[in-house]
Amino acid sequence: MRRLILGLPLLFALVLAIPLYWGLDNDPTELPSVLLGNPLPGFELPDLQQPAQLRTFKDMPAGTPYLVNVWATWCAACKIEHPMLNKIAQSGYKIVGLNYKDDLQSARNWLIDRGDPYEFVLFDEVGVLVIDLGVYGAPETFVVDAAGKIQYRHIGIVDETVWTKELKPRMDVLSTTTLAPQMATQEVKVHDDE
Amino acid sequence: MRDDKSTLYDLIWPELGHFALILALVFAIFQTLIPAWGVFRQQSYWQAYAKPLCLGQTSALLLSFIWLALCFLTDEFSVAYVANHSNSLMPWYYKVSAVWGGHEGSLLLWIVILAGWSQAVAVKSKVLPLDMMARVLSVMGAISVGFLLFLLNTSNPFERILPSIPRDGSDLNPLLQDLGLIVHPPMLYMGYVGFSVAFAFAIAALWSGKLDAAWARWSRPWTNIAWAFLTLGIALGSWWAYYELGWGGWWFWDPVENASLLPWLVGTALIHSLAVTEKRGLFKSWTLLLAIFAFSLSLLGTFLVRSGVLTSVHAFANDPERGVFILLLLAIAVGGSLLLYALRVPKVHTKKGFRPSSRESFLLMNNLLLVTATLTVLLGTLAPLLVDAFGLGKISVGPPYFNFMFVPLSLGLMLLMGIAVFSRWKQTNMSAVATKLWWTLLITALLGLVFSWGFGGRFSLWAVLGVWVSAWVMATTLLDLFGKIQKKKGGVFASFAALNRSYKGMLCAHLGVAMTALGVAMVAEFASEQDVRMAPGQRVEVGQYQVEFLGTQPFRGPNYVADRGHVRLYKHQQLVSELFPEKRQYRVRGSVMTEADIDAGLFQDIYVSLGEPLAEDAWAVRIHVKPMVRWLWLGALFMALGGVLAILDPRYLHAVATNMRTSAPTQGEKQRAAETSGNFNPEVLS
Repeated sequence: MRRLILGLPLLFALVLAIPLYWGLDNDPTELPSVLLGNPLPGFELPDLQQPAQLRTFKDMPAGTPYLVNVWATWCAACKIEHPMLNKIAQSGYKIVGLNYKDDLQSARNWLIDRGDPYEFVLFDEVGVLVIDLGVYGAPETFVVDAAGKIQYRHIGIVDETVWTKELKPRMDVLSTTTLAPQMATQEVKVHDDE
Repeated sequence: MRDDKSTLYDLIWPELGHFALILALVFAIFQTLIPAWGVFRQQSYWQAYAKPLCLGQTSALLLSFIWLALCFLTDEFSVAYVANHSNSLMPWYYKVSAVWGGHEGSLLLWIVILAGWSQAVAVKSKVLPLDMMARVLSVMGAISVGFLLFLLNTSNPFERILPSIPRDGSDLNPLLQDLGLIVHPPMLYMGYVGFSVAFAFAIAALWSGKLDAAWARWSRPWTNIAWAFLTLGIALGSWWAYYELGWGGWWFWDPVENASLLPWLVGTALIHSLAVTEKRGLFKSWTLLLAIFAFSLSLLGTFLVRSGVLTSVHAFANDPERGVFILLLLAIAVGGSLLLYALRVPKVHTKKGFRPSSRESFLLMNNLLLVTATLTVLLGTLAPLLVDAFGLGKISVGPPYFNFMFVPLSLGLMLLMGIAVFSRWKQTNMSAVATKLWWTLLITALLGLVFSWGFGGRFSLWAVLGVWVSAWVMATTLLDLFGKIQKKKGGVFASFAALNRSYKGMLCAHLGVAMTALGVAMVAEFASEQDVRMAPGQRVEVGQYQVEFLGTQPFRGPNYVADRGHVRLYKHQQLVSELFPEKRQYRVRGSVMTEADIDAGLFQDIYVSLGEPLAEDAWAVRIHVKPMVRWLWLGALFMALGGVLAILDPRYLHAVATNMRTSAPTQGEKQRAAETSGNFNPEVLS
């Protein structure tokens, strides 16, 4: 009996080792936003194309889930990401751009040169909304449900794999739950088989 | 190298460091096996090899470390690690400290320090019987083998970029270009790795089956000194975060900070339970377990920092392959030692009772509280992983949890500390001191109320409690000291000098705890912070001070450019000090750093940092007032000093003399123990 008790520290250490081992395969940068399940923070930002027009929460796509994509022309990774965004937009999903600490003209040129996948682009020159969203850096993409609540956050480039495995399933589940708005407030769980 | 006429010598010289590292591995393997063989065969001839092999390993490691430093100093960018962490523009002292600015180098430093501790044990081994020294050095050699294999296989600091050598390096992370960081990691590692000595002694005790008072006496000085280093290391880290990160915070409950706090808490418990084991021969198996856990948690800390399983401001390296390797090391070291513990400890079981009012039970309570605190912090640190591993989603555990759990535990611990200094071994006559204690409790409570209200200008329960327990610990500690001085004959100073050093060390460390707690309570409750937009020439009121912003000037540092702000601080229209906070842009990495400037004082810090530049030369300026924040680190300094003072006790120094004559130390130990504790007669187990 005493021997069993003396084995308890060993057992304790072994139990702790399991999550540590599991944690190795997991990307710690895949951070949940504290805002998960909460509505987008309030904002009033100029539109990139018509800076005189101030966009607010009311302008966001209604009745459908959409993506909010943080980008900038100084961000090299955004160049790689951009074609994928074009593709996503072509397949009928809505993306709102959030241009971060950028130059107005170069941002406009970027969209002319590379195509414009966005419903509209918010021009966040000083980073008001970006900071409220707790963004680490560009690119970053949020899944927002029809009720305007943030459901998922992806840090880094959205490529084919990220889109089909992480974002698209969530968007699709959210579109089907649109009819029952109270459902959309629950966090959507999608199993990632990696 | 940079002119294209590189000779063969230029090309191969960094490889010598690599070679020395491999040589160290060979020495470490022999250091593990040969003495162990000697113990197994009971041949002192083989056992005696432990010392020279240890010296060989240490020298090889030192050579390799110096070699890496030379690579940095000579801008040898063909070494990948140098290219990634240095730059030709960096001043020489940052080039040296950059040696441990990244994953590979800091691991090398870890191993060098481990070798240093082994070497220290070898040098001080006159106290030890030969077979014990052989066991201890063999265990430490084994730890070294594990880490050297890890270093050479997954994170070789001498990895080359050939043939296309980069023109210049990509600079050291600007956060790390700082004096605090030159000393913080070595101090912290001295503490972390220092616990390996207590660990090795514990394993050696389990291995030999001899777990007597002598074992506790050998372990005590090593544990104390490691603990003192760890205390300083943690304090330096906190101080560095305070002035370098630009937020004015001093503790964030960040996973890596917690990783350093965990071995510290267990180490503190270990110091106290070792006292019981040495003096009374009790808690033996418990003390062993603490020694194993103190080092295991140090290893866990290394794992958490180096594997990147938890996000943290410290997560500089993130590589799953390294993580698997370190986890394997951790599993072998921790799992193996705990298995050994489970199998061998019944042999050294003792039955001896003690009374509830004795010093033993106070120290037991101390241990229980400290271990509870450790588990609390461990749980909070690993909870995000645990919850995620069982598929329950991602959570983050923040300061509210830690403060909620940790603050009451600390308050309880400190209340107990005050009574415990009066306790005596075996049994205490508590009624003799009870009246004095009640009065002290009452007076210090009143003092807490008056002081915190007077200082902070408002009532705050936590501040009152904090000041109260701090005053309580100080008062009881000093009362005990005066009581002891009164009992002695002669003058006050002579009596004080006559007190033994381990007692003085205890006083010093306990006062340190009280000072730190006082600082924590005051700064946590009464710190104020303002973010204001300031145009040049503008003044704002902050408490009793007027802060004047005179604008910014461009400033050029060795490897950065900065906007240097000029701020004047007035009190009642009198100029108190001038501050120059900076916003730096490091050229190579392009990263922006906030360099705060602080008007430091014993009772108050005024902390000014520059936020964002606004229109028309105006800046967002952040002004903090931090009452008594210095006490935090001053207290830590006292604690560390106490730890060092305690090992200078003649008891440990004399042990050398007593044991030198005999190869079986238990004889001498037995006598000494009988002399020091009257009728106490420790049984010798073997």
